[in-house]
Amino acid sequence: MSGTESVAFDTPQRERRADTFAMWVFIGSEAMLFGAIFLVFLVAHIDFGPAFAAASKHLSLPLGTFNTAVLITSSFTMALAHKLAVHRRWSATVWALAATSALGICFLIVKGIEYSREISDGLAPLLGLPFRYAGPDPAQAELFFGLYFTMTSLHALHLIGGLVVVAGMVALWPTSSPANRLRQVVAVGLYWHFVDIIWVFMFPVLYLINR
Amino acid sequence: MTNAAMPGTYLEEGSGPRAWLLTTDHKRVAWLYLISLTAFFFLGGAMAVLMRIELATPAGDLVSDDVYNRLFSLHGIIMVWFFLVPSIPATLGNFLLPLMIGARDLAFPRLNLVSWYVFIFGSLFALFAVVAGGVDTGWTFYTPLSTLYANGWVSTAAFGVFIVGFSTIMTGINFIVTVHMLRAPGLTWFRLPIFVWTLYATSLVMVLATPVLAASLILIVLERVFGIGIFNPDLGGDPLLFQDLFWFYSHPAVYIMILPGMGVVSEVLPCFSRRPLFGYKAVAMSSMAIAVFGFLVWGHHMFVSGQSAYAGVVFSFLSFCVAIPSAIKVFNWSLTLRKGEISFETPMLYALFFLALFTFGGLAGLFLASLAVDVHVHDTYFVIAHFHYIMVGGMVTAYMAGLHFWWPKLTGRMYSETSGRIAATVTFIGFNLTFFPQYVLGFDGMPRRYHTYPPEFQFWNVLSSAGAVVLAIGYLMPLFYLGWSLFRGARAVHNPWSATGLEWQTSSPPPPHNFETIPVVTRPAYDYDMKGLEHERFSPHREEAAG
Repeated sequence: MSGTESVAFDTPQRERRADTFAMWVFIGSEAMLFGAIFLVFLVAHIDFGPAFAAASKHLSLPLGTFNTAVLITSSFTMALAHKLAVHRRWSATVWALAATSALGICFLIVKGIEYSREISDGLAPLLGLPFRYAGPDPAQAELFFGLYFTMTSLHALHLIGGLVVVAGMVALWPTSSPANRLRQVVAVGLYWHFVDIIWVFMFPVLYLINR
Repeated sequence: MTNAAMPGTYLEEGSGPRAWLLTTDHKRVAWLYLISLTAFFFLGGAMAVLMRIELATPAGDLVSDDVYNRLFSLHGIIMVWFFLVPSIPATLGNFLLPLMIGARDLAFPRLNLVSWYVFIFGSLFALFAVVAGGVDTGWTFYTPLSTLYANGWVSTAAFGVFIVGFSTIMTGINFIVTVHMLRAPGLTWFRLPIFVWTLYATSLVMVLATPVLAASLILIVLERVFGIGIFNPDLGGDPLLFQDLFWFYSHPAVYIMILPGMGVVSEVLPCFSRRPLFGYKAVAMSSMAIAVFGFLVWGHHMFVSGQSAYAGVVFSFLSFCVAIPSAIKVFNWSLTLRKGEISFETPMLYALFFLALFTFGGLAGLFLASLAVDVHVHDTYFVIAHFHYIMVGGMVTAYMAGLHFWWPKLTGRMYSETSGRIAATVTFIGFNLTFFPQYVLGFDGMPRRYHTYPPEFQFWNVLSSAGAVVLAIGYLMPLFYLGWSLFRGARAVHNPWSATGLEWQTSSPPPPHNFETIPVVTRPAYDYDMKGLEHERFSPHREEAAG
């Protein structure tokens, strides 16, 4: 029972396998959540394809592309953190995690800039804000922007969750054993990659329709 | 609790609120759930009794239509979200899963405790919103009623249900990982008790379906609070989309609510007929089949919603398909009884009543799966009767069977067998008296969710209301004799029913970490045809009862 967090496990190795497995199950669950939201978007897209394509052109492609690159880079630094943790190079691991977090925060800042532009351009049909869309079929475009804000903010919330977990994990490291640290890096890393992959699907669906 | 405990048992490991509220022992977390679910069950039941009293006369003389709408909403929300979904998994499942597979605890004991807190927080939050805000949408939160017309605190209530969903997912992940990673040496998949198989199938559904419910509830909140009109036709949205998403969760959730009950019955029937379970693999695999098919039949809730006729035909066909694995189980359970040495202890009585009520309710499900019949009985009391036969006659009866069967393990005490048998019989009579008339009412065309009705329906309604009183007595009785047993009951030996299964090899109640040494399993489950019950079935460990 020594070295494991749960009394149920005999060895840290087995506990790590259980953690990784649990994270995969959780990711399966999360995939169903995003799957449902994507489904809602795709159903609306089938109904209002041309209006959605026109509305999509009002999103900022340069900022979206930049953010995609930022997030993919953060996945790279997260993978680096995993490798370094396997070799028990803890201070280097912390630096890799810090880089990952910095990239995550960068993504959120750019996303915030995008949001504020869209709000000031009158493209945010939220909370009774004015909706001043000049293109064709404004009612259908309104649904597009509604879904855009729903999907991207749900993704951003998951990213914020990832940042909080990374910060909390590193803050608690002084008291945890190397086996536990590695366990946490592996599980948190999996989650981080998953959140990135969601964005990799979201970016083309929202930004690249009929470009 | 404390004076029920014996030295060295999990009940003795520290007392007082702190030791219970901060425990990570799966057996104590099971008790936390058991106590909170019992409270919810009787609260939801009280709402049902009020409705039945109102419906005893055709006029609306006890409550107004508004209050009646709130009553059935409260009844549905409490019973489905806060009782039936967690019922057997979170209480008996939590307690027994590690014991049955020879583990010291669940894979994530702290997550298990957290899931209870999340459950309590979410459910009380939702309950407060429903009561204070007068939510009257029913438990299904259908759009556009819930988004455009309902004035109550729908967003808050939906958010509470959303929070409870997290607790469900946590339990699901915990169970799946535990079954995969913590089975004792020699305990192969096909040596697992069926209860473990059904918990596993249930957990898969919990993990994969609950997030879709979360998505649909988020979208309701977004529509009401932020004005994103995903379900609003004025804004290009589609109110029917909500029904698709909702039933994509809620039909599988029906199987979350019945599968664990099937598992309990699969444990009880072999034990009290002293026979191995007939067709073990078929029963195990049919549980998985139900979990898979359950995801493919949501459209049968929408036969009259205007969905395409082709979709209707496909969903009707798939709904007939899902009856096959259930029928496989019923036949296997019946054949288990054949040539058995059947004795009628309380758990067995409940299990046999389950068999009758589940079969009866399931056959009515075939009526509802037929397109033409469904058009006639849709949204009538026929539907109410059907799902109460499955959910109450099936699941709650199985829950009572399990509670009585494992009560000696949970508490280390025996209960009064006579009281138990009387309560089981009263429940069975009361149940049929309550819900059989509703089949007739529904077939004659009485719609659900009205607080008044034409006088010609009164005869069957009075029968149903009288039955509800009998049923209430049947459910209240265990509260008293089990409560008495908790403090005054005779000490239980470690295996009072001479049952197989690793949980019976521990003392009653079990020690804090269940097993001194992890047992090695060498035999299949339900090894009942062996003569001589003192035969050592599991080697080499043995934890003798202390008392």
